[in-house]
Amino acid sequence: MAKLNAKIPEGPLPEKWSRYKSSMKLVNPANKKKLDIILVGTGLAGASAASSLGDLGYNVKVFCFQDTPRRAHSVAAQGGINAAKNYKNDGDSVYRLFYDMIKGGDYRAREANVYRAAEVSNATIDQLTAQGVPFAREYGGTLDNRSFGGVQVSRTFYAKGQTGQQCLLGAYSGLSRQVKEGTVKMFSRCEMLDLVIVDGKARGIITRNLVTGEIERHSGHAVVLATGGYGTIYYLSTLAVNSNASAAWAAYKKGAFWGNPSFVQIHPSSIPVLNDYQSKLTLMSESLRNDGRVWVPKKKGDKRPANDIPEEERDYYLERRYPAFGNLVPRDVGSRAAKERCDAGYGVGDTGLSVYLDFKDAINKQGKKAIENKYGNLFEMYEKITGINPYEEPMRIYPAGHYTMGGLWVDYELMTTIPGLFAIGESNFSDHGANRLGASSLMQCAGDGNFIIPNTIGNYLADEIKTPKIPTDTPEFDEAEKAVKLKIEKLLSVNGKQTVTSFHKRLGKILWDYSGMTRNEEGLKKGLVLIDELEKEFWKDVKVPGTADELNQELEKAGRVADFFELAKLMITDGLIRRESCGAHFREESQTETGEAKRDDENFSYVSVWEYKGKDKPPELHKEELNYEYVEVKVRDYK
Amino acid sequence: MKIKLKIWRQKNAKTKGIFVNYSLDDVSPEMSFLEMLDALNTKLIEEGGDPVAFDHDCREGICGCCSLYINGHPHGPGEKTTTCELHIRSFKDGETIVIEPWRAKSFPVIKDLIVDRNAFDKIIAAGGFISVGTGSASEANSILAKKEHADEAFDSASCIGCGACVAACKNASAMLFVSAKISQLALLPQGKVEAMERVEAMVAKMDELGFGNCTNTYACEAECPKGIKITNIARMNRHFIGAKIGSQIKQ
Repeated sequence: MAKLNAKIPEGPLPEKWSRYKSSMKLVNPANKKKLDIILVGTGLAGASAASSLGDLGYNVKVFCFQDTPRRAHSVAAQGGINAAKNYKNDGDSVYRLFYDMIKGGDYRAREANVYRAAEVSNATIDQLTAQGVPFAREYGGTLDNRSFGGVQVSRTFYAKGQTGQQCLLGAYSGLSRQVKEGTVKMFSRCEMLDLVIVDGKARGIITRNLVTGEIERHSGHAVVLATGGYGTIYYLSTLAVNSNASAAWAAYKKGAFWGNPSFVQIHPSSIPVLNDYQSKLTLMSESLRNDGRVWVPKKKGDKRPANDIPEEERDYYLERRYPAFGNLVPRDVGSRAAKERCDAGYGVGDTGLSVYLDFKDAINKQGKKAIENKYGNLFEMYEKITGINPYEEPMRIYPAGHYTMGGLWVDYELMTTIPGLFAIGESNFSDHGANRLGASSLMQCAGDGNFIIPNTIGNYLADEIKTPKIPTDTPEFDEAEKAVKLKIEKLLSVNGKQTVTSFHKRLGKILWDYSGMTRNEEGLKKGLVLIDELEKEFWKDVKVPGTADELNQELEKAGRVADFFELAKLMITDGLIRRESCGAHFREESQTETGEAKRDDENFSYVSVWEYKGKDKPPELHKEELNYEYVEVKVRDYK
Repeated sequence: MKIKLKIWRQKNAKTKGIFVNYSLDDVSPEMSFLEMLDALNTKLIEEGGDPVAFDHDCREGICGCCSLYINGHPHGPGEKTTTCELHIRSFKDGETIVIEPWRAKSFPVIKDLIVDRNAFDKIIAAGGFISVGTGSASEANSILAKKEHADEAFDSASCIGCGACVAACKNASAMLFVSAKISQLALLPQGKVEAMERVEAMVAKMDELGFGNCTNTYACEAECPKGIKITNIARMNRHFIGAKIGSQIKQ
């Protein structure tokens, strides 16, 4: 059994990162020019890393499957980005941000990484501001903050409801600057299909040019994945429809371990499913819960229009159940509470699967203009999709698959179990434990890309300065390319009757039903069988039109869905062994009398880390024990 | 609802394209426009045909990936709406909908409705950034920005880089796109330092890539899904002339 070494530096928590930085190995500027780095993905983590690594002088080859790096799905993050600036003088600090994340993650994240994420958050805001991100400002010209779920301070920086777009465009401009400098070479419409390992180290990738279909080889001294999460595995999710897990999954199958695959965040406020043709769910930012109040009618099956239901007949169930945090409870808690009300028959809308998010009181108190200033674009978006004006009628919302806390297991250096392969941003499992707090995803991505990977990759590459350019005409590259081509041929040759999307929809439904907001042993086992059957059906009856040597969007989708079947089984396997509830992972067998998640620290205070053992063989479980030295592990209570 | 579709089909950049007619008999007014195209593609695949290629990703109007020239308008009939936010309820039962790719020399067609907008990346790489290395940023609140300037910078920055402005313009000008970035950065104190060099470099690249000039038809502003204002172009022109004669940048 391979040993997991998280490589956490010695010393007190607040000193670990500075100690690491003062003792890490460095690469001198002349040598950086001789080192090639492959970077896959151009979201906030990837684009920040491209900008920062290029700035240091490395040769960086950057890949994205979209037509330009600026499309990556960080663009859709709405509400904000956290930092421990304490601009509001409300008692915030690096420690408190760290503590909130550890608690928010239900004590399933690694202390040292989380502390560092909090520690670099302030520099991140400085960096983004300097890059020209137009964050919201006060009249005096300073930056404004707002509050977000799961915390009691205001530490969230924002640019209306388009914070992700603005942060990403800032990072993209940094990447573009390096393109001009010649340190970054950009490969758009180019999808990574396999990882190449030479002598145990990550040395390259195999890509498909999505315009010509050409299979290409790229080599480097190190490979960084910034490929995002796998929320689209549910088919309907808040993610961009082309987001996928295939690059990370290829790494898993080449030996990178996967951490906590079952930890998926179901976001409480998405526009609900409206019809059968729907291809995605649109998020309504958590920031709306600063001013919006969540409620359902007190009477079961009350079909009156929302505005006809008098105040005393409304159940503001979050304020009722969680008076201390009210509408700003963390996402997992908010989602389950909505599900509980709807399952009990109090849900609203035609399907009964939604709750109200009401701005009436905020509009009365602050005026329509103030609300428009804060959330204007979100209100417009809601009206465009539903045809309902949320200034006049409450929004209807329901939980939707959103963010994956699970991902490639990484150590303190953000390196996977494959030497030379790093994973940053949402693609790794690192900072959010079993539940992510709002506005901490942008924070982690920008921190990983700007301030962490540029240091830790140097520590690795310092031992590679004598390694010449990695040749691509070697048996390792031959073999990887052959496997990629074989899979493509196989997908095209099935020539069945059903579309890729129809399979994806069915897979998503199974996962939503059996491995969604709540899970139980029986359901998980059933889900596993159903997915297995569906996967077999896929390989017998999927229809992928067209050829391999052209732009072929169905072929792209088919490869991604084929990988999703395998990942879905790992998610369920992980959910099965974790016989406790923690954060977003709610096992019905493990709950308190009031229906809250019940952790089992004695038996499950670990990261479940899975190793691929080959096709048709069960993956092997490794455990990274979590030791909490700086926070007291408590029952997570938002009451 | 029934709809008829007239869609531009083109195998690749090297072949000629033609319009092909399709009809769908049971679309729902609640479908988004792209979900309607999904339904068409499902039908085409099941019948053994070749699905229509089109760009799309976030499907919530923010990534800028979707394009489509619908009934003579980039992103279709809706105001301040991207194609992915457009719904079938905006069309009439039995209506014929014509769908074309963006048409501009600098945006060559790749396949069917997909065009290559890489030229935009090249313009940004020419100077659409602030030259600040990672780590050398000063404390964020040491840069004070007037709220009204920051808000205006945000409005310009909300451009999604979709290219509708180019598609709408009879000259295939990219000036709305370019000026939005120039304005955003010039309006913020941290971007003002390089404002002159930036405007010169970006305009030069825009011209080099074959985009046309602005003749003030306001078509770009009318069709922009994000409401980017034409005043950005005026600002860019002012700055460009200023840069050429060496005067100081003012708002």
